[in-house]
Amino acid sequence: MLRRLAASRSSGLAALALVVALLPLALQNAYYYEVAILVGLNAIVCVGLNLLIGYAGQISLGHAGFFGLGAYGSAILTARYGWPPLAAMAVTTLGVAALAYLIGRPILRLRGHYLAMATLGMGIIISIVVATEDQLTGGPDGMSVPALSVFGFAFAGERVWYWVVGVALLVAVWVARNLVDSPHGRALRALHGSEVGAEVAGIDSARHKVRVFVISAVYASIAGGLTAHYAGFVTPAKVTFFHSIELVTMVVFGGMASTFGAVVGAAVLTTLPQALTLFKEYEMVVFGAVMMLTMIFMPRGLVPTLAALFDRPEGPGKASRDAGGGGIRPPAR
Amino acid sequence: MSAQFAQYLLTGVTVGAIYALVALGFSIIYNASHVINFAQGEFVMIGGMTTVSLTAIGWPLPLAIGAAVVAAALVGFALEKFAVEPARGASVVTLIIITIGASILLRGLATLVWDKNIHALQAFSGDTPIQIAGASLVPQSLWVMGITLVIVLLLTWFFGRTLLGKALLATSHNRLAAQLVGINVRHVLLASFGLSAALGAVAGILVAPITFTSWDVGVMLGLKGFAAAILGGLGSGPGAVLGGLALGLIEAMGAGYISSAYKDVIAFVIILAVLFFMPSGLLGTRSTDRV
Repeated sequence: MLRRLAASRSSGLAALALVVALLPLALQNAYYYEVAILVGLNAIVCVGLNLLIGYAGQISLGHAGFFGLGAYGSAILTARYGWPPLAAMAVTTLGVAALAYLIGRPILRLRGHYLAMATLGMGIIISIVVATEDQLTGGPDGMSVPALSVFGFAFAGERVWYWVVGVALLVAVWVARNLVDSPHGRALRALHGSEVGAEVAGIDSARHKVRVFVISAVYASIAGGLTAHYAGFVTPAKVTFFHSIELVTMVVFGGMASTFGAVVGAAVLTTLPQALTLFKEYEMVVFGAVMMLTMIFMPRGLVPTLAALFDRPEGPGKASRDAGGGGIRPPAR
Repeated sequence: MSAQFAQYLLTGVTVGAIYALVALGFSIIYNASHVINFAQGEFVMIGGMTTVSLTAIGWPLPLAIGAAVVAAALVGFALEKFAVEPARGASVVTLIIITIGASILLRGLATLVWDKNIHALQAFSGDTPIQIAGASLVPQSLWVMGITLVIVLLLTWFFGRTLLGKALLATSHNRLAAQLVGINVRHVLLASFGLSAALGAVAGILVAPITFTSWDVGVMLGLKGFAAAILGGLGSGPGAVLGGLALGLIEAMGAGYISSAYKDVIAFVIILAVLFFMPSGLLGTRSTDRV
């Protein structure tokens, strides 16, 4: 069943839409809604990040930076300069896209662990600037953000936001799935397999890598903007290295090169800490152990492994092992 | 040489020596297994915290230090045996996530075994500052520099003159060929994790009297060690030392002359600039792609 879900673009999307539509039946109070909204927002970032990590095979340990820029950009333009939220989010997203392009051009020439270091450095630079420029950002205390309003209609309350985020997630997944099946997506998978091989076949790998980097940054920026307006508050905690790591973990945990894997990874790893608060002081130990055990016993991630279980001979698990199993390869010697 | 410059120089070399030790740990594990061990910083924490608690219950300092280094090495063995070895053949990103999981687990255990407070370790030989060229230097800095130097010399001897060291080098060059000439690669991997953990623990013990130690001290030191290893060229021993010292000096000078709030920004901008012109770090070998 999982295979059929993953196999067809439209039916997978329909299944996700069904989940989004039916989930409120199980959400008993505002707290559950809040968790569901957080899952959706993280899932949007992960779907974008998965394009970069899962399909193109390029790692980023700095995507919380783009998420944070999206959140703070929208927050600063609305709170300090009185812009309408939608315009603020649009301009911020354009700005983040331009920045990702400028950073991506030189950075994406690097490979493997060097790329990991460079993106990590980029993320840390952004987080320090955000925490230090307190005149603009409120510093470590954060700043409050006006509510999202469109033509006088203000979005408020968990129930309204649930649908906003739900629709945004569906659009994000739809765009991502189309992108994967486009010539651009095929080029990405080709250069993931072998960059030299892809270039021999006439693929401008530098251009495609930068493009997918910009796209994933735009996903993060939009999710950041939505998060800021939803929470009504932003703090530098969402811009830190740890948040970047969290995002990458969600993608890898759910299953690389699987759009629904990214959604599932975000869902599991967003709800898990909420559930683990029951364990109080053992929270970190359990979280770390779950992370390790899952990756040791399911190195390809949750969704591809489960899909392969349901359908052994030629399931999507095999395909995604070929596409996603490589990850970053160590340099050949 | 102005007194101010001398002060920044000494601070930079002290911090840089610590980064170098952590970076060496990254490089040794990377060489043996192509794994970037993001739990490297936790060895630093284990070293410092174990020494603090053992001296607190009355152990003499040298004995406590020895026990702490052994404890960290055992954790290193366990990490290799129970987390990295079973996941052999997984993609590099997966391995990174496993070691990040291990670092969260170890930090969690540290809050259970110890607490969330900040602890001080007594300096090895007093706190009376020494005056050098107008700059003041705590004796602990001399310990840091001296022991780092000794360790670098020992490692040079280890990799150049001993059988295990040469086996480690051989495995890093070609795992299969090493296996074919009779090297037990699994023992080599275990040894590399134990050695890296011991190096990290030494760094953590040396720095504890200067910066104090706590359950989360490994996070930042681990990151800086990784940055230093990349800056110098991943897998290169001299590169790790050079990268560590350079990073320490950049930070000290940046904090002193430009802005202490932005010292990490300055350091990372310079690392990015170096990588832009030298994509394999300062002393790294240029990698080629096999099609």
